[in-house]
Order: sequence, then structure tokens, then C-alpha cells
Amino acid sequence: MENFAESVNLDFKYDGEDVLVLKDINISFKQGEMTAVLGHNGCGKSTLAKHLNAILLPSGGTVYIDGIDTKDENRIYDIRQRVGMVFQNPDNQIVATIVEEDVAFALENLGVQSDEIRRRVDEALKAVGMYEYRMHAPHQLSGGQKQRVAIAGIIAMRPRCIVLDEPTAMLDPKGRAEVMKTVKELNSKYGITIILITHYMEEAAQCGRIIVMDRGKVLMDNSPKQVFSRVEELKAVGLDVPQVTELVYELNKYGLKLDTHIINENECCDALLKLLS
Amino acid sequence: MIKDITLGQYFPGDSTVHRLDPRFKIVISGIFIAMLFIGDHVICLEIGAIFVAMALILSLIPIKMIIKSIRPIIPILLFTSVFNLFFISGGMPLFEWKFIKITDAAVHTTIFMIVRIILLIAGTSLLTYTTSPIALTDAIERLLSPLKKIKVPVHDLAMMMTIALRFIPTLIEETDKIISAQKARGVDLDGSKLMDKVKAIVPIIIPLFVSAVRRASELATAMECRCYRGGEGRTKMRQLKSSIADYVSLGIAILFMASVIFINVLN
Amino acid sequence: MAILKTEELTYVYSQGTPFEKTAVDHVSLEIEKGEFVGVIGHTGSGKSTLIQHFNGLLKPTSGKIYLDGEDIWADKTKIRQVRFKVGLVFQYPEYQIFEDTVYKDIAFGPKNMKLSENEIDGRVRRTAVSVGLTEDILNKSPFELSGGQKRRVAIAGVMAMEPEVLILDEPTAGLDPKGRDMILSQISHYHKTTGCTVLLVSHSMEDVAKFASKILVMNDSKVFCYDKTAEVFKRTEEISSMGLSVPQIARVFNILKNKGLSFDEEVYTVKYAKELIIRELKKRGKI
Repeated sequence: MENFAESVNLDFKYDGEDVLVLKDINISFKQGEMTAVLGHNGCGKSTLAKHLNAILLPSGGTVYIDGIDTKDENRIYDIRQRVGMVFQNPDNQIVATIVEEDVAFALENLGVQSDEIRRRVDEALKAVGMYEYRMHAPHQLSGGQKQRVAIAGIIAMRPRCIVLDEPTAMLDPKGRAEVMKTVKELNSKYGITIILITHYMEEAAQCGRIIVMDRGKVLMDNSPKQVFSRVEELKAVGLDVPQVTELVYELNKYGLKLDTHIINENECCDALLKLLS
Repeated sequence: MIKDITLGQYFPGDSTVHRLDPRFKIVISGIFIAMLFIGDHVICLEIGAIFVAMALILSLIPIKMIIKSIRPIIPILLFTSVFNLFFISGGMPLFEWKFIKITDAAVHTTIFMIVRIILLIAGTSLLTYTTSPIALTDAIERLLSPLKKIKVPVHDLAMMMTIALRFIPTLIEETDKIISAQKARGVDLDGSKLMDKVKAIVPIIIPLFVSAVRRASELATAMECRCYRGGEGRTKMRQLKSSIADYVSLGIAILFMASVIFINVLN
Repeated sequence: MAILKTEELTYVYSQGTPFEKTAVDHVSLEIEKGEFVGVIGHTGSGKSTLIQHFNGLLKPTSGKIYLDGEDIWADKTKIRQVRFKVGLVFQYPEYQIFEDTVYKDIAFGPKNMKLSENEIDGRVRRTAVSVGLTEDILNKSPFELSGGQKRRVAIAGVMAMEPEVLILDEPTAGLDPKGRDMILSQISHYHKTTGCTVLLVSHSMEDVAKFASKILVMNDSKVFCYDKTAEVFKRTEEISSMGLSVPQIARVFNILKNKGLSFDEEVYTVKYAKELIIRELKKRGKI
């Protein structure tokens, strides 16, 4: 698989400030990957995300998206069309007063012809399961539905990658489940690269890869099983592990010898059944 | 609760009037308003009334909705009516008591004014009831587009209007929430002294303002992410297409207008 | 004695319009003094509307609410006093901050109570400590603080009124795991040290499982159940079918039960799960 996005020695600080928000970051994302980015608030993960579609530009080093340097001003819209972003607050990213108009927004900006927009908007709304709501006003929708509309607005651009910055933080469990289901489907069905910033460890456990950030640096970059087995290090940087992983960790601390790579319910059940039978 | 106020008066439907091209609807409304103000004969108002009645029937909007939109202006109507009744002189006095004098001219003018304003409100609410805010904005943008030549930022204005419409419900809800939250901290909004009331507003206005700024900045980033770069090179999903019905309606409106002018000239 | 009591409490939104909706439907409840109650329910279950009745922000369409045995609406002019006795922290409370220093913002509630300067000063400093804010932060502008700190300032602002009942609506929404644990443990500590009654509203059983002695589950504008935490966790399957999240560990033990491995007690925290498994292993002579 080719690298779709890549950062090389990426440094970043805000204008007029001395503190580096991102320090020497070298990571790459392959086409079709689903990656979770974890880290406590202020660790730099949102700043990193904004580098992936040229909302922020590196202070040092380079970011390549599909081979394009994000500093190349002439190609800024090529980059933004390839990498879409969904944010935390569903209310503050919907522009139009009608769902389908909002989904059309990016395509209108890109100058796509009207019948093509129509087709892609319908397609995008169907992909996130919001087609029946196309004529609704945003404030009539639940949080999870608004977030799916925001996602539809992104996928209408036919991006290769979607970066989601805590898309489920403000949602209730039902909304969270809806959004996660949609995101996973976009990844498996359409091969869209997903970069999911989240505080929910159970969501991270559903991704193929986890990046842990702390104070502007990449601390870990590995599979969920590997990352979550490092319980103490994660707790030290203000993060959590799934409850099942914590149980295994606690039991091992007591002297048992369970597999430390347990991250979901079924694995945990199997291990406990084996232990007790 | 503030939330209960109906804003964005759109009343979804699929009637003949709903389906008309919003540009035509705006122009027709303009003609209608002009018709009401040019006409100074009873027949002119009757013509106006017939016009609204036709539109109302075709729009399938319940008459209740029109009454609802007229209700808020009743106090203003009453006030100006009283004012007109007592202060317009000339004509035959119908009623005289001490310094109060009501003449037939005053009654005539007052009734004329009331009917005129009611028709005006009824007609314009029909426009907003049958046209979604976004279609209205769209139509205004296109109608004004010739002004782009003289550097009027028509697109930007339309965009601002869309965003304002989009965020009105959100901010109303937010205001409600902030009021409740500050009441929970003991803010007394029912205080009788003016100073107390002014003081009570501060804890509501500041958070609302801070939140609006935060929302604006987040929205700006989100729009940038979706390749927004102003009106240049922008296309639209919804193409405004005019149909025969639009021209027929416009024709009828012009016909009504012409008859009003004709009656005016006759008198 | 019950500190809060409702009798057939009903609230109808937008009565007489097409949008009419019954948000709270004949709710009768008694909340004991000093209890830590978790209130859960999905969006639109009526839980937020219900809690806004407890401090008189909403007036019931019908039914009654008693605070300390007194009908709070018996004398309308005293409703402000009720708000000082029942403190309500709304969702995302940091958005109500408005003063230019943290100190002043925390002092806002106590000031409205017309307390003496001395008393206010004492309360501000005390509550700042109890939510983990240091002295130097008090003179800063709240708008310079991090999200988690702002949230704690806002919570302190209500705690400083020293209410007899403290209600918090989703106090951990949107925070990172560390911020979440910190706020929950501070609330729990506050509950233990002051002995006040706490109502913690959440979507997540996980948040309330660790601290609540009782759980109130709202569904469809009605009380689905109100019982001791362990009793409520016996109904996890029904609760998760309502769209609420059940702690992962409780789900694991549910699966185990379905596979024939059942324990006498309900498991809803990792700590308890560990104890139970070790006890079971010992019983079976495996360790």
C-alpha cells in the first residue's frame, strides 16, 4: 500500500509563541487505514489534524498529502478535497438551513455542475443513512444525525481520507454508535482512510491502529492490542484503557497470567471462562 | 420561553404557490405592495384583497396562519387608528364632544389604513410561508446579481443571511439555556428596578457573545475545510427554473396593477 | 426524611400548540437526604426537564414538588431561595462564565445570596480548593483557562452557594479521561465531606456506577426504575435497549451469565469484578 499522507520532521508553533505544539513528527497514513489518535486535551492531536488539510502549515518540516506538499498554495483545494474534516461540535459546522443544501456546500464551492451535485448529494446522504432527512432543518435533528450530515457533506467531495476530530464527544451513546457505524462503513465499503481523534477507548479499540500523542510528540504508534497492553504508560499520560483490558491488568497484578492483549468483550469472556473452568 | 416564538416562518408544502420561482414571487410581492400604496380608492383595495385571496387559496396555507401573523401588529394598528381618528380633520364631523371631533374623512382614512396594512402583512407572510428562507436568499442573490458589476458584494451578503438564518434557532436555544443557568445562580430577572434589570442582562449577554464568537470561528474553519473561497467560481445545486406558471402569475399581477392604475386615473 | 419529593409531577411543553409534548409524565419520587443519586436516561427521556423542576426553573403543569417537606411553589416570591438550596450545574457549564476573574465568577452566586464579604471570600477559596483550582488561578481571567479548568470553575460557582442538593447535568461531557475522572472524584469527595445530596445526570452508566448509591432511570418521560445501584444493574439488558451505555465490564458479565457462568451479585465496576473473580478462583481452589 502506498502512503497517502505523510509528515516529515513536522514542527509547529503558533505565531508569536515559543512553545512548539508539535515536535518533530514523522508519521504516515496508508490509503484505506483506520487509525485512532489518542492523547489528553492539549497534547497537539487537533493541531496535527489541521495539518492534514492545510488549515495549518508546518513551522518546520513538510506534510505531503497524496504526494502534494501542503505548502503548495496553488493546490490547496486539491488537498482539501482529498482530506475532509469533521469537528466536535455538530452545530458549528453546518452552514445551510436545509440538510441537502449543506451537503451540497463543498461541491458548490468547487464549482461542480448542478446535476452532478444533485447526484453526489443523494449518494452521500444515502451512504450515511440520512436521505429521508434531506429536507429537514439542522436544528430538527439529533446530535448524531447532525454529525452524519456533516460527514455526508465531506464524502460528497469524494475525499480519499476523512479526519474526525472528536466527532462523538458531544453525543449521547446512541449518536455515538450511529457515527461509529457510519465511519466504519465508509472505511470498509469505500476504502476511505479514516483518522479518528477520540477520548473513548472503546472506539479506539475498533480501529486498526492507534497513535498516542503526548506533549506534541508521538508516544506510541501500534496496533490496539499492543498499545492497550501498556496500561501504566497510558495512565501516566492521562489516558485510559478499555475496562476489559484494565481487568486483565488488575488480575495480572494480583499474580495471574492472562493474555495482556485483550481489548474486547468476547476476548475477555473467553479468557475468564478458561480461567474459571 | 423564547424557544416558543416561531421564527423562519416557512410552512412547507407543495402547492402552486410553493412551486413558483422565488424570484418571481419576490417581484410579484413587490408589485403587490406597490399596488396597495398607489391605489387610493376602495375598489383598489378590493382588487388587492382579491389578489391575496387568490394567492391564499392556491397556496393551501390555512387562514389561521395568516391571522396568526396579523395578530402581533394589532396593538400598532389600534394605536395608529386612534391617532388617525382624532387628529385627521376635514370632512363632515360625525361625532363631537368637547374638544374631540371625529370626521367622516378620518373614519375613511383609518379604515383604509387598517385594510391596507392587513393586506400588506397577509401578502408578505404568504411569501415567507410559501418560500423557504434558503430559496428566498437564493432569489435575492440572483435578483441583485447585476449589482455585482458596481462592486456590491452580493454573494457575501447572501452568505451572511444564510448563516444568520441557520444560527437563529441555535442561538435562541442557547439564550434560553444561559438564562436558566444564571437564574440557577440567583440572577433575578423579575426585579422591579431598572438598574437591577440592566445588571441581570450582563451575565446573559457576555456568555452569549463569547459563544457566538466561538461558533463563528469554528464555522469559519469548517467552511474553509469544505473549500469555501467566496462567490467566485461557485455553482449551485438548486437551479432556479422559471416555468409557464411563473409568467402567468407575473402576468396576472401586472394585470391587477394595471387595473389599479386605471381606476386611479379615472378618479 | 426525603429532601426532595415529587407528587404526580407532570410537565407539558408548548401546551396548546401543534408541538405539544409531555416531557415529564406523572412522576412521583422521593430522594433521601445525603444520597448520591445517578440519573440516567437517553436524550429526550425527560431527565433534564425533571431536574429543572427541582430548583424551580420550570413550574410543573400539574403535580407538586416538596423541598424539605415544603411545597416550593406555595409562595412564588420564595422561589429564588429554592434555587440557592438546590444548586443546578447545567451541561457545558463553562459557557455561562462571564466575569473577568475566576474569583469573581465563583463569587457570583454567593453574592446574589447577599452574603457578607467575609463569608463570600471564605466560600470562594474553599470551593476552589475542593475542585482542585490553585490560588494563583483565582485572579486569572477564566477565558484563559483550559476547557477542563473552566468546567471546574463553573462547578465551583454553584458549589459556593453551598446548596443542600447539588444537581449536575452531564458534568463530564466532552472531557478527556483524566479530566473526567478528576471531576467525578471531586464531586464524590464534595459529597462525602459536606454530606449534601447529589444528583448526577448522565447518559453513561459507567460514570454513575462508581459513585451512586441509587440510580434513577428515566425513559419516555416516566420513571423506568429508581433503586439501589446493584438492583438497577440487574436490568442492564433492558437499559441498554433504551439506547443507554452500560459499562463494558457489566456487558462482559452478562455474556458470561448467558454462557452459564453466573455470579450471585451484579458486577459493574472493574474493582468489584477483580474481587469477585479472585474469590471465585479461591473457591474453586485454583489459587
